[in-house]
Amino acid sequence: MTALLQHPGYDEEKLRRVAEQLPCREVQAGLLLSLMGEPQQYSYPSIFIYGHRASGKSHVLHVLLKELELHHATVSCVECVSVALLFEQVLLSFFGCDAASLLPRSPSLSDFVRIYRQQRSQSPAKQTRYLVMEKAELLRDSDANLLPALLRLQELVEDNVTVILLSEIVWDKFRPNTGCFEPLLLHFPDYSKGELQQILSQDRHPSYSAEFYSSYINILLGVFYSVCRDLRELRHLAALNFSKFCEPLEEGKVKETDTHKLWRNIEPHLKKAMQTVYLREVSSLQWEQMQLMEEKEAGALRGLSAHTHVELPFYSKFLLIAAYLASYNPARTDKRFFLKHHGKIRKTNFLKKNEKTSNHLLGPKPFPLDRLLAIFYSVVDSRVAPTASIFSQISSLVTLQLLTQVSHDDQLDAPKYKCAVSLDFICAISRTVNFDIVKYLYDFL
Amino acid sequence: MSGDGYKKISNSMDITWSSVKSIIKKWKVYDPHKRTISTVEHGGGSILVWGCVSAAGPGSFVKVEGNTNAEKYHQILEDNLIQSARELRLGRRFIFQQDNDPKHTAKDAQKWFKDNKVLQDELNRKILDSLLDFTRKCSSARQHSDWASQMRANEIPTAALVLGVNVPDHDITFQSLSELLHQSVTPHVASVEAKECGALKHLMKRVLERLMDTVVDDDEEEETEHTSTQLHKSVNCSLSALCDWYITKTKKSSSGTPGKKRSSPAEHERQQQPPVVIIFKDLEAFNPRVLRDFILICSRYIERLPLMFIFGIATSPSTIQRMLPHSVSSLLCIELFQSLSCTQHLATVIDQLILTPQFPFKLNAKVMQVLLSIFLYHDFSVRNFIKGLQLALLEHFHSQPLSVLCCKKKEALLNVMQLSHRDLERIRQLPSFKRYVEKQESQEQVNLITDDSHLKETCRKMIKGLHKYHKNYYPILKCLHTLTSALPRYPLGKQIRELHLTCLEKNVWENEDYQSAMKLLKMLAKDDLIALLQRCGEILKPVKSKKMKSTAFQLEELLTKFKQLDTVVSEMAPSEEDSITSPIKNLQKKTDLFQLQKTLLEMNETRRSKKLSPFEILRNEALEFIDSLVKSHLSPPESQTLHEVCYYSSSATVRRHLNATPRTSIQAALSSPYYYLQNENLKTEDGTVSNAAPDICIAYKLHLECGRLINLYDWLEAYATVVSAADGNDPDSDGYGKVDEVKHARFIRSVSELEFLGFIKSTKQKTDHVARLTWGGC
Repeated sequence: MTALLQHPGYDEEKLRRVAEQLPCREVQAGLLLSLMGEPQQYSYPSIFIYGHRASGKSHVLHVLLKELELHHATVSCVECVSVALLFEQVLLSFFGCDAASLLPRSPSLSDFVRIYRQQRSQSPAKQTRYLVMEKAELLRDSDANLLPALLRLQELVEDNVTVILLSEIVWDKFRPNTGCFEPLLLHFPDYSKGELQQILSQDRHPSYSAEFYSSYINILLGVFYSVCRDLRELRHLAALNFSKFCEPLEEGKVKETDTHKLWRNIEPHLKKAMQTVYLREVSSLQWEQMQLMEEKEAGALRGLSAHTHVELPFYSKFLLIAAYLASYNPARTDKRFFLKHHGKIRKTNFLKKNEKTSNHLLGPKPFPLDRLLAIFYSVVDSRVAPTASIFSQISSLVTLQLLTQVSHDDQLDAPKYKCAVSLDFICAISRTVNFDIVKYLYDFL
Repeated sequence: MSGDGYKKISNSMDITWSSVKSIIKKWKVYDPHKRTISTVEHGGGSILVWGCVSAAGPGSFVKVEGNTNAEKYHQILEDNLIQSARELRLGRRFIFQQDNDPKHTAKDAQKWFKDNKVLQDELNRKILDSLLDFTRKCSSARQHSDWASQMRANEIPTAALVLGVNVPDHDITFQSLSELLHQSVTPHVASVEAKECGALKHLMKRVLERLMDTVVDDDEEEETEHTSTQLHKSVNCSLSALCDWYITKTKKSSSGTPGKKRSSPAEHERQQQPPVVIIFKDLEAFNPRVLRDFILICSRYIERLPLMFIFGIATSPSTIQRMLPHSVSSLLCIELFQSLSCTQHLATVIDQLILTPQFPFKLNAKVMQVLLSIFLYHDFSVRNFIKGLQLALLEHFHSQPLSVLCCKKKEALLNVMQLSHRDLERIRQLPSFKRYVEKQESQEQVNLITDDSHLKETCRKMIKGLHKYHKNYYPILKCLHTLTSALPRYPLGKQIRELHLTCLEKNVWENEDYQSAMKLLKMLAKDDLIALLQRCGEILKPVKSKKMKSTAFQLEELLTKFKQLDTVVSEMAPSEEDSITSPIKNLQKKTDLFQLQKTLLEMNETRRSKKLSPFEILRNEALEFIDSLVKSHLSPPESQTLHEVCYYSSSATVRRHLNATPRTSIQAALSSPYYYLQNENLKTEDGTVSNAAPDICIAYKLHLECGRLINLYDWLEAYATVVSAADGNDPDSDGYGKVDEVKHARFIRSVSELEFLGFIKSTKQKTDHVARLTWGGC
C-alpha cells in the first residue's frame, strides 16, 4: 500500500506515516501527491475536491500537509463572515502578523493581492504554498469576484501558490455566469461498508481485544449502515453504546467469542438508539445515564419531539385558527363559510374540481391582515373589541414563528401573512376551544 | 391656538415615542379628566397619545405594530407606570399634607412589590437550579479523559429551556439565570436576542462584546488591554480571537489564585476552565441560517473553548429540529428543561398576593375579572398581571382620598383619629356608609351625621370589623375550595380564583352551582369526607383570629365524632345488614317482571323513609356547619360598611390603561375633538364638528359624507367653505370659500394625515379620487 504513496522529493519515512494515518484513502492521497509534485515545483493553480460529509477530505489534506511539513493555510469559509477576515487569516499564516496588519480597514481584493505581492518579494516561496478553503460553497455568497480570483491566484500574485477548495457539492453549482478558470476536479467517494468497518475498528478500547471490538463494529454497522454513513457520527455512536455491549462480559455471563449472545443483547438497544440519540431526541449525556438505569425507568424519558403541545392565550388560538383558514381556503369561499345568510351558491361553481383537495398539498397561501381579522371576528363567539393587544398578539405569533410575515417588514400598508402550523397542530388547538375546524376547511367539504 | 397641541401630535405620529413624550408635557393643559395638575401629568394622557401613535385603523395600525411587538407595547406600559408612580408620590404628598399623616401607604405598597419579586425568584428557582446543575455537570464532564469521551464527538452542551408563550415574562427569568450563572458557575455569560443579530456578523460581534465586556467589569486592571483589543476587534471579529482571549484569561486567573484555596482538585479544575455560556433568548425569532453557521463555527472551537448554549424556547422543543438540519443538531448535546406553566405561576401569585389578609388593598370583582381576562385571553403574562395589580394599587391610592385608611390595622385606627372634617364628610357620602346609617335608629343617625368624634369612634369599629372580615374570609374560602374542588366536574370552578370571583360578586350560597355542590357533598363517602375535613382543619389551624380558632375546634370535634363512628358502626353493623339484605333475598326468589318492578319500588320507598344511619346524620351535621360558615363569612365585600376604603372598583380605568382601544380613541378624537382638547370653541352638540376644529377633524367629518370613492376637488371645495367660516369672513365677500394657497396646503396635509391613519388610500380607478377604507356615514 505504501507503494502508492511514493513520490520523489518527499521523505520516505514521512510518506509511510501519512499512509498509516489515511486508511482507505490511499488512492486519493496518491493522486493529490502527484498533483502537488515535488515541494519546489509549481503546482496546478487550483484544485476542487468534493465528496459527502465525513468522507475524509479535510483529514487527508490536513495529514498530508502537516506530515510533509508543507507551507499551508487552512481557512474555513463559514468563519469568514467578511472578506477581510479571510484575507487576514491567509496573510497571517503565510507571512506572519506583520503582513496581516498591513491590510486596510475594509480591504478589497486588490489590496490583498498588492500586499501579497509585496510580501512575496520580501520572502519568496521556496516551496509551493497551499491555501485550503473548507466549505467552499459559501464563497458563492460573498463578492462575485472572489471565487474567480482565488481560482487563478497563482497568476495574480505570481507566486507558487495552490488553492484547494473543499466542498460537499459538485463544481457545476459553483461555476459563475461570467466564466472562470476551471480547477482540477477530484472526487472523494463515500466509504464502503468494508472501509467503514476497517476504519472504525482501528480505535478499539484498550482493555479489549481487537477482534472483539471489530465484531462490535460489525453489529453496529449492521444496524446503522442503512441510515447513516457519516463516519464521525458512527464513531460517536460506537463510543456511546460500547459500554452496553460489554455489560454481559463484565458480569461474566458471556465469553468474548460468543458473538451471537452479544448480538442478542445489543441489537434492540441499538435500534432504540437509532430512534432516540441518533436523531438527537435525547442528548448523549442523557443516553449514557439511561444505560445505567433500569429498563423501565428509562422509558419515562421523553424525547424532544414528544413535547409538541403549545399553550396559547384564548384569542391567540382563534387568531391562529383564523390564519389557518385564511391560508388554506380560497378567498372566494369566505362568504360561504362565514356569512350567516350567504344566499344560494351554486354547487358546481363553488366546488371547482381541480381546486378541491389540492390546497393542503400546495401549502399555505398568503393573506392580508384585513382578511385575517374579518375571519377572526366571525369565528370568535363573543364580541371582541379591536384592542391593541389583539394586534400585538398577531406580532407575537409572528415572533413565535406560528405565522410568518410574507411581505417585507417595511411594507406598512396591508401586510401579508402565512400560517406556518400543521393540520394536526391546528386541530389540537381548535379542540381545546371547541371549534370544529374541519367543517370550515374547503378541502374537507 | 385651539388645535395647536393636537396638530403637533398628529404631525409627530411617525416620530418615536420619546418625542411624543415631550409633547405630552405641552399637552397637559388639555386634560380630559379635569382633575388636579398631578393627574394631568400622569394622566390617561400619556396612554392615549400612545394609543394615538400606535393606532390607526385596522390597516395602518400595523404601521406601528409592525415594529412594535408585544414586548415593546408592555415596555410602553411600564414607562407609563413608572411615570405615574412618580406622579403618585407627588399626589400623595398633597393628600398627606392635608391629613398631617406620615408616609405609610407607600411603604406598604413597596413591601407588596418586593414580596412579589421574591415570589418570582422562588418560582423560577427549581428550573434554574436544574439548569445550573446541568452547566456544572457539562463543564466537569469535559475534563474526563477515558476512552469513551475521547472517541465521542465533541458536542456542544445545550440546554433547551422551554418557557411558554408568555414572552414578556421571559426577561426576568433570563436576568436571574445569568446572574446565578455569574455567581456560581462562570463569569463568562453572554445573552443575545434575535433582533440584534440579523446576520452572522452581528451575532458574532454581540457575543464577543458581551463576553469581553464582562471582563472589564471584573477587574479594572485590564482596562488598558481591553481598549487595545477594542481597536483590534473591529478588524478581527472571529471566534479565534475569543479563543485567544479565553486562554489568556484562564491562564491569568489560574496563576493569580493558587494558594488561595484549593478545596478539591475538581473544583480547582472547574475554576480554571469555566464554561463560556451563550444564551439565545428567543430561539424562534433567530434566522435559522445565522444560527446554523454560528453553531458550525463554534463546533470548530469546542476543543479549545468550553462553550455552552442555552436556548430560550417559547413554543415547543421541536422548533430546534425544525430550525436546524441534522448535520447541525448532531453537533449539539441537547437537554430539555421545562419551566412552570404560566397558569400555575398565576395561581401562586394570586394565592400569595390576593388571597391573603396580609395586604389591606383589595380588588373588587370587576377589576379582578378584567385582569384575569387580559391574562387568559390576551397574553398569558404573569408580569403583566402583576403590573395590572400595581396599576390598580396606584390608581386606588391616587383617586380615593379615604385610602389613607387602607393600611395595617393599627395604623388605620390611628389614621381614623386624625381624619379632618372634610374626610369625615367624604365618609358620610360613601354609599356603604349611607346604607349603614339608614339601618340605625333615628337618634344614632343624627349622631352619626352631626357629631364628628362619634363618627370617628364608629369608623374605628367598622375598620376593625373590616379587618376581621378579611381575616375570616380567606381561610373559609380556601376550605370551601378544598371541599368543592374534589367534586366531579368542579361545580364551583377548578381554580380557587373562580370561586373567589363568585364570592366577590354576590352571595355565594344563593348560587345554583353552590347548591348542587352541596348536594354532591352530601353523597360523599366517609373516607373522602374525613380526608377533606382534615385538610380544612389544617387550613384553619394557623389562622390567628378567635373566630377561626373556635371553628377549627368545632371541626376537630366533628372529626373525632366521625372517628368514633367507626367503633359504633362495627357494633351496629349486623342489625343494619339485616335490614338491607332482606328485600334482596326476596328479590332473588321472584322472577316475574311485574313483581320485580313492584319490589324494586318498595325497596326504594323503604330506603327513602328509612332512618338515616349515624354516619349520614353526622355528615349532614358537618355540611350544615360548613354551610353556616360560608353564610357568615363569605358574604361579598359590598355588604361591608366602608369597603370602599380597601376595594378598588374602577374596572374601566384599568381596562383603558391595560387594554387600549386605539381605533375607538382615534375616532373619538376625530369626531369630537373637544373630548381631548378641552377648548370651549370646540364644544358642539349632536355630533357636528365646529368650524374651529383642527383641519384633520373637518376633513374627516367631510369624508364621512362621501361614498366609497371621494372626489378630491369636491372635498377641497367643501373644506375651503368650512374653513372660511371659521376665519370669520363675511359670507358675501369675494374671498369667501375661495381656495387660496394656505388653505390648499392645509387641506393636503390633513388628507395625507388621514391616509396615514388608514382612513383613505389612493386608488387607481380614478386619478383624482381617493378610496375610503371605512364604512358608514355620519
